[in-house]
Amino acid sequence: MSLHLKSAAELGRGIRAGEYSSEEVARHFLDRIDQGNDRLNAFVTVTAERALEDARRADAAIKAGEGGALTGVPLAHKDIFCTSKILTTCGSKMLSNFVSPYDATVVERLAAAGTVLLGKTNMDEFAMGSSNETSFYGPVRNPWDENRVPGGSSGGSAAAVAARLAPVATGTDTGGSIRQPAALTGLTGVKPTYGRVSRYGMIAFASSLDQGGVLAQSAEDAALLLEAIAGFDPRDSTSVDAPVPAYATQLDRPVKGLKVGIIREFFGEGLDPATGDAVQAALEVYRSLGAELVELSLPALPLSVPTYYVVAPAECSSNLSRFDGVRFGYRCEDPKDLLDLYTRSRGEGFGAEVKRRIMTGTYVLSAGYYDAYYLKAQKVRNLINADFKRAFTEVDVLLGPTCPTPAFGIGAKVDDPITMYLNDIYTIGANLAGLPALSAPCGLVDGLPVGLQVIGPHFAESRVLAVAHAYQRETDWHRRIPPAWA
Amino acid sequence: MTIEWEVVIGLEIHAQLATRSKIFSASPTAFGAAPNVQANLVDLGYPGVLPVLNGEAVRMAARFGLAVGGKVARRSVFARKNYFYPDLPKGYQISQYELPVVEDGTVDIVLDDGLRKTIGITRAHLEEDAGKSLHEGLGAHTGIDLNRAGTPLLEIVSEPDMRSAREAIAYMKKIHTLVRYLEICDGNMQEGSFRCDANVSVRHKGKHEYGTRCEIKNLNSFRYVEKAINYEVTRQVDILEGGGSIVQETRLFDPDRNETRSMRSKEEANDYRYFPDPDLLPLVLEDGWIERVRASLPELPDEKAGRFVGEFGLSEYDAGVLTASRETAAYYEGVVGALGGEHKLVANWIMGDLSGFLNRDGLEIGQSRIDAERLSGLLRRIVDDTISGKIAKEVLEAMWESGLGADEIIDAKGLRQITDSGAIERVVAEVMESNPRQLADFRSGKDKLFGFFVGQVMKATGGKANPAQVNELLKRLLPGG
Repeated sequence: MSLHLKSAAELGRGIRAGEYSSEEVARHFLDRIDQGNDRLNAFVTVTAERALEDARRADAAIKAGEGGALTGVPLAHKDIFCTSKILTTCGSKMLSNFVSPYDATVVERLAAAGTVLLGKTNMDEFAMGSSNETSFYGPVRNPWDENRVPGGSSGGSAAAVAARLAPVATGTDTGGSIRQPAALTGLTGVKPTYGRVSRYGMIAFASSLDQGGVLAQSAEDAALLLEAIAGFDPRDSTSVDAPVPAYATQLDRPVKGLKVGIIREFFGEGLDPATGDAVQAALEVYRSLGAELVELSLPALPLSVPTYYVVAPAECSSNLSRFDGVRFGYRCEDPKDLLDLYTRSRGEGFGAEVKRRIMTGTYVLSAGYYDAYYLKAQKVRNLINADFKRAFTEVDVLLGPTCPTPAFGIGAKVDDPITMYLNDIYTIGANLAGLPALSAPCGLVDGLPVGLQVIGPHFAESRVLAVAHAYQRETDWHRRIPPAWA
Repeated sequence: MTIEWEVVIGLEIHAQLATRSKIFSASPTAFGAAPNVQANLVDLGYPGVLPVLNGEAVRMAARFGLAVGGKVARRSVFARKNYFYPDLPKGYQISQYELPVVEDGTVDIVLDDGLRKTIGITRAHLEEDAGKSLHEGLGAHTGIDLNRAGTPLLEIVSEPDMRSAREAIAYMKKIHTLVRYLEICDGNMQEGSFRCDANVSVRHKGKHEYGTRCEIKNLNSFRYVEKAINYEVTRQVDILEGGGSIVQETRLFDPDRNETRSMRSKEEANDYRYFPDPDLLPLVLEDGWIERVRASLPELPDEKAGRFVGEFGLSEYDAGVLTASRETAAYYEGVVGALGGEHKLVANWIMGDLSGFLNRDGLEIGQSRIDAERLSGLLRRIVDDTISGKIAKEVLEAMWESGLGADEIIDAKGLRQITDSGAIERVVAEVMESNPRQLADFRSGKDKLFGFFVGQVMKATGGKANPAQVNELLKRLLPGG
């Protein structure tokens, strides 16, 4: 079997067993990137030399009898994670010249686990977008249909793994930016509990919602990667000091007797019928495995999109103030004075969607509007939290669709931000409540993947992964590869 | 009819907390380093970095809150104050807004007439300082030094309780004393460790509502505070008496021209768009922790002054002076302890001759060239009649210059007091004999000449005769008969 058809776990086992070297694996994926990236635009930066160095180091470690499950396994980082010596652009002209002087905690931990860095993946600018069309580096194409979007904002990571240009990749999820692209490209994408993965070195979009995670071929691979990146980090005050379970060893927990909640609000108007059918079929698989399906209502949940589009822009308007042309990043030519430096550096350095959100956020935080928007949104956020909390007193996990439709065409929604925002209608709730959530492929609609979303209570990553794994033992949707990339 | 104006003043004091590292990063806070060497990636606001709260800054804020009898919040929240400026790397300052760490304290000040007045402290909150813009020696460019960015500040906001510049100074000095007692701020005003903004308004005496206020920014000496407030009061009264009205604005004090100048009006003021900082969890303090901080508080200046009056019999004034700084009080108690008493004598020497030398040489008491132990060595020789008070002044000066102990100087210079009454009597007789005219005048009623004879005897003994004995002998011998 060709190397790119193997999962990250299989590659790790093969390298450790001496079936092939990490360097061979790295060269194989670098070749695929070389041949495929022009079509997909998944990578902003390919780090071929670094990959080979990493791989040789991994091979030496294995030879010395060291290393673990991920030693020698190649991966790609979303270009939102700071990496020393390598560009970190965040998909923006603003950081098109930015080389971080340090590694993000996620980057550091995966390097310590012996992984091999293939490159940095394209993304919506500052993670603001659901289609990867807001990137300064151009749109990413969906390997299942190159005229369609891969979703966003972790669209580059999604396209890279879906096309097997990388066996696995990191992502970040503020309102669905891991799960939505995972759904639209047929991957398993995990957004952990808020605080589970350190945000240190992850360029902030909306700090109270951002969470790092992974896009993988299966729950097993996702578990393996999550185990490596999760855990307390004293450099992030919002990271939680709780032990990290060995996720990969807890995947086989049975779903028999599990109480599965079906959120009524996720199956209403706006859900594409074929997508709904695929999700229903997946629910039947769970029923057949002995899970008990319980329909329930989360009445505040439909307010999550407007709530999100107050909270996230408010935080981003402040988080992005540091990009002022003074210390790093893009600076306009020949500024006349300080105001000119600010206005032109930011005006020229940020794209339209980023500006739209900065302006929205500035507005909702302004004197006289704060109570009506920001404060009210926080109150609704509390209601949504309470809804989820109540739900988890009745059920063990919540299941539903990840997105209302399969991947849409490039350019189809760019002029209509509200329709674009509604693409995240099912994913935003987990961010507002800080819950672990995952998307796993559960079917194809007209040859395009659709995703099943699993949401668990805080720190129930093991359960969420096991629920997905049980499904993946019964089905093979997660093994499907876009025909053009097999 | 002349209108009587009442001045209303509130102060916002910024005390730089004496932590070793910054409030949200591990960079050192020492003053005077080369530009930007004490600024790490967090201080520079690099993409992806996050703040981590320095627990020591919190402990210091709590010490202050407890010392002013305020409420230390069980839960307080850090907020972002958003504005653009090159010395503000993140584009926002992390501060506390709606829920500060300390609320509702008071301190007492002593007014010129000796009466006490209680000044309310609305709140004290933690925040980070900004960096500095540098203009000198850079031509057309402006330099940015971010060493100070992220330095912890405690902003102490008073109620508008002060009615004159002198009251404002008394309050500011009280807080200055307190933060140094608590060892939470070095109080160094030249380095900007202790500075204030003054909110000043005037109103007709007897009126209840406040007048429109102006805020004078960044006053870093007691003298400037006094001058700025007095200038501002005159300016506002002149405008109002000329039929004008006060514009609410922020003003800057120009010490060279001794005036305040408009910086920005209310309309031009920034909308800071405060909101809770999502990078920091709410600051939660447990009762047990707060009680441990309370137990660690030192004796505070008011308590100490009360003890000096009650136990040592000092005047309120002396007690106030001797407790004005923790170092002075410690020095005083050190000398008193070594002598086993003599409270008033020790107070006089510290407040008199010793502080004369300190002032002359521009030294703080902690830098005194005569430490408490050596001063007690000198005073012991007054108490045991080895030397007179007058000789002691001479010895003190020699101690200051030489660094030697009192006994060494007394012996070396032969200053030991003459207490042999026979010897003194012989000198008295000689003096009377060689000044027959003065003696006759004295005896015919010119009592004032008594002092002349004392002086002559002291001169003849090189100041070493015991003054009490000299007095006694002269009283007996001069009248004759």
